[in-house]
Amino acid sequence: MGLSWMAWTWPTAAFFVFVVLAISSMGLWEYRSPGGNPRRGVFGLDTTRGDRLFISMLGSAFIFLAWLGLYGTPLWGGLAIAIVWFLFVFKKV
Amino acid sequence: MKPARENGRAFGFLTPALLVMTLTGVTPMAIVAYYSVHDTFAGNSFIWIGATWFRQVLTSPDFLGALARSFGFSAIVLLIQIPLGIFIALRMPAKGFLASLYIVLMAIPLLTPYIVVGYLWKVLSLPDIGLVTAAAGLTGLDWSMNNSIVVWATLLMMDAWHWTSLIVLLCYAGLRAIPDDYYRAARIDGASGWAVFRFIQLPKLKLVLLIAILLRFMDSLMIYTEAYVVSRGGPGVSTTFLSHELVQTATIQFDLGEGGAMSVIYFLIVLTVSWVFFSLIVPKERGAA
Repeated sequence: MGLSWMAWTWPTAAFFVFVVLAISSMGLWEYRSPGGNPRRGVFGLDTTRGDRLFISMLGSAFIFLAWLGLYGTPLWGGLAIAIVWFLFVFKKV
Repeated sequence: MKPARENGRAFGFLTPALLVMTLTGVTPMAIVAYYSVHDTFAGNSFIWIGATWFRQVLTSPDFLGALARSFGFSAIVLLIQIPLGIFIALRMPAKGFLASLYIVLMAIPLLTPYIVVGYLWKVLSLPDIGLVTAAAGLTGLDWSMNNSIVVWATLLMMDAWHWTSLIVLLCYAGLRAIPDDYYRAARIDGASGWAVFRFIQLPKLKLVLLIAILLRFMDSLMIYTEAYVVSRGGPGVSTTFLSHELVQTATIQFDLGEGGAMSVIYFLIVLTVSWVFFSLIVPKERGAA
């Protein structure tokens, strides 16, 4: 199916689908087992789950930019680092 | 936790603001992000090219140079204006006619439009007739706008002239909010002037200073008009900042893709800095309340 009728391409659509999925699964998770009050993590910041999602996404944007600037394409290495960053933020921050 | 019905009503009140934000903020930003991953011919046919523009921007010496100059400029601006602002605020009279007079005088630069400030300092640093040029000439300095150090000094003075007042006014308000009891206690303990500043005034000013640093940092990082009027990015590229580089790429060379990639990176930097300050300010406010 083409997406050109709304000037989208599959990669851009995939990005938005990912964001929507991330937010809705966070919502479902919160509904099933509420995360409660903010906690103090390794950076000395008080964060809730939503804050941690934001930190992970913002951080992975910079990880990908750094990967592109220092190494270039393909981005799989950057993706691996970003996943590790996600896990780190959700566990420790 | 509020009852569900009240939450629903809150969303109703938020809707107009969200609509305006979507139209004026989210949609243009999404279009810019779209440009950043496509190449275009004639502005109406777009071809997906992935991260090519980002790779080009991140390895371009023009962009990295402008980025470094912008951060350097902001750092020097903060180093000059924050201490200067605190210093002036500490010396303003607490009440009376003079207090009002100084506040009004302080507010004048803040009310001056960017482009006027730019022209003012351009005229001040003109050869032969400029006041700054003449004053520098008296001390034996050659105030030539072909020297990049001189241009930087002019821009830094101009920014200090325009914006130090903001820090003064914020700090002044912060200082006036400290109850007299603190000073009385300090007097009883025989505290020195420095001790009063270090242990009473500075801690009490922390929140306003954070806000002042955030405002000044973001604003100096986005400097465009004043610097453009004074130096047009020159000599060479020595005062070409991130905003100049971005405008040059996106609207003069009309490289939508490269400009889009730059904007996305710019946006991420601004978002990060704002978030860091936000998360520093909000818990403090909660603690103060």
